[in-house]
Amino acid sequence: MKHLLLGDEAIAQGAIDAGLSGVYAYPGTPSTEVTEYIQHSVISHQCSAIQCRWATNEKTAMEAALGMSYMGKRALVCMKHVGMNVCADAFMNAAITGVNGGLIVLAADDPSMHSSQNEQDSRFYAKFAMIPCLEPSNQQEAYDMMAYGFELSEQMKTPILLRVTTRMAHSRAVVNTVEKPRPQNEMSMPKDVNHFILLPAFAKRNYAELVAAQPSFVAHSEADGHNVYTCGAKPEKAIVTTGIAYNYLMESYDASMGRSILRVTQYPLPAALIAQLVKDGAKEILVIEEGQPVVEELIRGMVPSEVAIKGRMTGDLPRMGELTPDNVRKAIGLDPLPEHAPEAIVVGRPPALCQGCGHRDMYAALNEVAREYAAPRIFGDIGCYTLGALSPFHAIHACVEMGASVTMAKGAADAGQHPAIAVIGDSTFTHSGMTGLLDCVNANANVVVLISDNLTTGMTGGQDSAGTGRLEQICYGLGVPQEHVRVVVPLPKNMEEIKNVLREEIDYNGTSVVIARRECIQTLKRHLKAAKRG
Amino acid sequence: MKKDIILAGVGGQGILSIATVIGEAALQEGLYLKQAEVHGMSQRGGDVQSNLRLSSEPIMSDLIPKGGADLIISLEPMEALRYVEYLKPDGWIVTSSVPFLNIPNYPDLEQVLARIKAYKNHVLLDVEALAKEAGAPAQAANMVLLGAAIPMLGIDHDKMIAGVARVFARKGETIVNTNINAVEKGYAFSVR
Repeated sequence: MKHLLLGDEAIAQGAIDAGLSGVYAYPGTPSTEVTEYIQHSVISHQCSAIQCRWATNEKTAMEAALGMSYMGKRALVCMKHVGMNVCADAFMNAAITGVNGGLIVLAADDPSMHSSQNEQDSRFYAKFAMIPCLEPSNQQEAYDMMAYGFELSEQMKTPILLRVTTRMAHSRAVVNTVEKPRPQNEMSMPKDVNHFILLPAFAKRNYAELVAAQPSFVAHSEADGHNVYTCGAKPEKAIVTTGIAYNYLMESYDASMGRSILRVTQYPLPAALIAQLVKDGAKEILVIEEGQPVVEELIRGMVPSEVAIKGRMTGDLPRMGELTPDNVRKAIGLDPLPEHAPEAIVVGRPPALCQGCGHRDMYAALNEVAREYAAPRIFGDIGCYTLGALSPFHAIHACVEMGASVTMAKGAADAGQHPAIAVIGDSTFTHSGMTGLLDCVNANANVVVLISDNLTTGMTGGQDSAGTGRLEQICYGLGVPQEHVRVVVPLPKNMEEIKNVLREEIDYNGTSVVIARRECIQTLKRHLKAAKRG
Repeated sequence: MKKDIILAGVGGQGILSIATVIGEAALQEGLYLKQAEVHGMSQRGGDVQSNLRLSSEPIMSDLIPKGGADLIISLEPMEALRYVEYLKPDGWIVTSSVPFLNIPNYPDLEQVLARIKAYKNHVLLDVEALAKEAGAPAQAANMVLLGAAIPMLGIDHDKMIAGVARVFARKGETIVNTNINAVEKGYAFSVR
């Protein structure tokens, strides 16, 4: 069957057709659509039952997936690149336990930081954990690699990392899919349960097995046909390219250029193919890869020192940011196409909080109260409300990673700062803020944690939020005194009340929580529309 | 046949619906298609674009190179100008003349429109007024714009109309007809 699918959707359909039993994920651009597609497929009965409820964070997702795999079933974990940091403990140790049912971890990287705070390259994690990594170069490959990846995972008894980048995740193309999905695995216990008990004695044995398996991972990379080497007529100047970077190369490449080309879509790197490239006469290798210079660094240790390695580290391609057809064209020595000069009249149009959004009213009140203090510090967090850093609010003084608002405010308060205020969304709070709040309570830190509760995960498009309807109970349970868990409704008419509540809690010497609760304007519109339809 | 199209606008304006209809018609024609979209933070009122590539041959890059686009279709005049580096020297700009004012430093509109008119191949139209004339709601303004771009798409008018009908079919006959009227209005403006 033919479908027009986003890269993310191709991965989702590929997983469904490969007999997936559970997808575990926390929303994050550019990975969100994988899980959403599977949810829609389940709800509309286009596939059999698959566990697909959003997880609280990437670590809980990874662990649940490992549990599913333990029971012999196929599981998929999806996240954006920085989610890999959150699940790293589970991820690294899943490489040591190995798997029973197939286990694929999808990491969607965001070079150029379209919707992210850094552009870390997830291929480092595969190298770090010493497991195979797949990097499709088009939507069809992304689909096909799910069945292949699950097979490889079960055969090699290892988790597989599937790495994509923004343009792969969010670009559509036609994908041919199988007529009938593979049935899900039956439940089955692991043959050797000690593999999953990482006591040092067992872990040492497991790790030795993982080390011993490395040559077979390389052999797969060399033989499976995912890495393709073509010797050119002029093999002195060779190109090694990975994932979607291959597409940018082929956009302008002309066969008369005669380069030897190695296309990599599976790691560890195929050592034999790289050796062949050199044997065929390569004196210079240009590495074209999306993200950080991972292959460029690795390949230096795999070829004789007289072979020149070029790429992002030598300035032949930009050191940071996305590849484009234009910068790849330049790197292979072609002139740019004739183009119009940019129009000077065009000004930037940064994203902004929606008109009518509750975060706006929350910031309006907070800014007014903050002005009453000599040197307030407001620690922000990850979500739509990060836009409070921009005009017209300029309301936050930090934003680092999920949950950091709460604990950075605590650290600042520990250092003597007052007022120290954290602003965090409801979904980010349950993702990684709750443990920090417990630290605050245990130290009775003088902080105000302002939870801007819009009842959803807004930035990624309105997915379910793990703590909806229970935030007060969670805060009570963590030990915040009930009289210092305050709830306000962020609307212009409530401005005075909100300001008073904020003042009282800032002046209270201890840990307090203010919940500003009003539904996200985008999900509200959707809910009203659905209600109208009946 | 090969058409590289940049769709431009402001997050929330509905450029992806235009892409959906063109994509539907292109697939019926048996063309290859790649369409890179913007999801995430920019969708909150920021500038957004989509690269839509159609070809009778397989397409490699998901992104259009600078100087490679045959056509810019924009729901906002300044946003059309944002991507002129991507336009071929003789490429077309088909854009709404109605500014989307959500920034304090929006340039002088007359100057923006003058810059668009400086391109030999341009179609500048008030999509909202034309939608109204077609008896369609403001949300159908993007279909007026699509109609105005049909002569430059390399896909037959009737096949595009059939694409509109298929995309909106599940929403009922009234909505299908409203959208077709909007498309025809834009088309008539363009070929007048």
